Amino acid sequence: MTSRTTLLPAPDRVDFGRTVWTWRRAGTALRVDRRSVLVCAALAVVLAALAVLTLGTGSLSFTPAQVLSALFDPDADSRARLVVVNWRLPRLLFAIVCGAALAISGALFQSLTKNPLGSPDVIGFASGSYAGASVVMLLLGTADYLAVASGSLIGGALTAFLVYLLAYRNGLAPFRLIIVGIAVGAFLSSLTSMMLLSVSPQQAMLAATWGAGSLSGLGFEQLRATAVAFVVLLICSAAVVRPLVHLELGDDAAVALGIRAQRARLAATLVGVALTALVTAAVGPISFIALAAPQIAQRLTRASTTVRIVPAALTGAVILVGADFVAQRVDLPVGVVTVCVGGAYLAWLLARRYTGRRA
Amino acid sequence: MTITTQRVPTPVPARLEVLDASIGYGRRPISEHLDVRIPDRSFTVVIGPNACGKSTLLRAVSRLLKPSAGRVVLDGRSIAEYGSREVARTLGLLPQTSQAPDGITVADLVARGRHPHQRLMRQWTRQDEKAVLDAMAATSVTELSGRPVDELSGGQRQRVWVAMVLAQQTPVLLLDEPTTFLDIAHQIDLLELFTDLHRAGHTLVAVLHDLNHAARYASHLIAMRDGRVVAEGTPQEVVTAALVKEVFDLPCQVVPDPVTGTPMVVPLARRRDAL
Repeated sequence: MTSRTTLLPAPDRVDFGRTVWTWRRAGTALRVDRRSVLVCAALAVVLAALAVLTLGTGSLSFTPAQVLSALFDPDADSRARLVVVNWRLPRLLFAIVCGAALAISGALFQSLTKNPLGSPDVIGFASGSYAGASVVMLLLGTADYLAVASGSLIGGALTAFLVYLLAYRNGLAPFRLIIVGIAVGAFLSSLTSMMLLSVSPQQAMLAATWGAGSLSGLGFEQLRATAVAFVVLLICSAAVVRPLVHLELGDDAAVALGIRAQRARLAATLVGVALTALVTAAVGPISFIALAAPQIAQRLTRASTTVRIVPAALTGAVILVGADFVAQRVDLPVGVVTVCVGGAYLAWLLARRYTGRRA
Repeated sequence: MTITTQRVPTPVPARLEVLDASIGYGRRPISEHLDVRIPDRSFTVVIGPNACGKSTLLRAVSRLLKPSAGRVVLDGRSIAEYGSREVARTLGLLPQTSQAPDGITVADLVARGRHPHQRLMRQWTRQDEKAVLDAMAATSVTELSGRPVDELSGGQRQRVWVAMVLAQQTPVLLLDEPTTFLDIAHQIDLLELFTDLHRAGHTLVAVLHDLNHAARYASHLIAMRDGRVVAEGTPQEVVTAALVKEVFDLPCQVVPDPVTGTPMVVPLARRRDAL
């Protein structure tokens, strides 16, 4: 067997242990895994199918053909267009944008902490966004979208700062960050509960409904701001991902490869917090997506890193659109649906990670 | 018998120099006013007891640690003035600790070494592919190419990391205790690989614990103690019983290595009743 291998001619293509597609044209040279491309295509198809299904179901039902003509044909039945385009489409687009944003945020933080538990909903950043938004809604008494969004962003950023500060001791050990994050998150959750108890029942009810994470009652008005912010953050995350992948090798190796470790980490944290805050401001805290989507995407694509933005974003969008479809059928806020599934997933993750082998 | 610091003038030009540097962690410097020249195209090995500052020296040279005073000079310019990717195209580092992400394959990891040569839209050129193939061939890991790194033995894994550093295609390689966790056969394998790289024209700077390995493979030795350079020169000049006593506080005899003729350290008992 040894003699046979030495007789082989020297390969001219690198064997990555899987099929890769190379694109070298017009000054560009890129390499993608065939499996990633196929998984992304499949996820896009599933997402499209779920979208047509969601747009067609409700108190008024439409067949997929009717949904498609309502979407793309301006001369279609005006009643169908009103329901599908004006009423249901904004909610669907919100689900897609929020699912993708949460998944990317989760991917960034899981890579930063090198741990599948290191997602913004576990390490308290989502609680911070929620607490910040609650302060605006309950104490300042305004439900203005921009004000709530700012409160959510500031709350998330302050929490991230606090968690990093408390967890920092001669560098940032991922596990300490997670433990501190869970503690800070719990503290902020009880702070939010305290605020809810101190205001009038009507106000508290409003905030609590929002706090469960719901996509209902959102229109094109709010969508525009969220979508613009999402596109900006999407471009930013594409820029922070490349150094992040190398930081997974350890700081020393990354610095030797020409990465500025501290700067890359700070940039990724800011983008990740902004993505979580964006979602929290728009629809309230929705957990589980940030935790699970990057992990599911990684298992589907069999990639060596969690920060593959496109598969993670598509997976997040599929999960949230699917969860919202269920939520509409059982008439619950979508956040409740994701929490139920997410709790089970988190327990499974913890059991698997800390019984088999040491982390 | 006492040994004073012996300075052997090096005729070869040095691309890499440490000039009057204070290096350390926090407020307490491990080395002060440290001057080190790395002869060009040498296989320089830094030896010395634990906490003598040898790893700190390597960290300063590889820019992982910023000297609090003095500077590290690369090709006549202070290393702090270079762009981070620019340095990464000249200096490659095999760090003491590194981690391979779960499930990453050998080729994936080796390809990471191309980062300082890549741009956003140019991530896998023919040069990139060739550099990765050459690096895997030089370290004999081509056949492992598609395997996950976490399935490999310690010796194979270390070769893969060396391949990643080679894929970086830097003229200078810095190796921080590269043989520490390997068994003796894999240690020799790796050191012979370094010798090949040295012959091929690379400048190598390694921190090694084993004096006999250092004496056998190095072309230039630097002995350190308490943050200072105590002696430097060829292994024949540096590895003497008197120097080992001074640097490591270990009484020994130095005999010629029966295989290579290089100096070989045979420790004597530190306590009279031990042998």
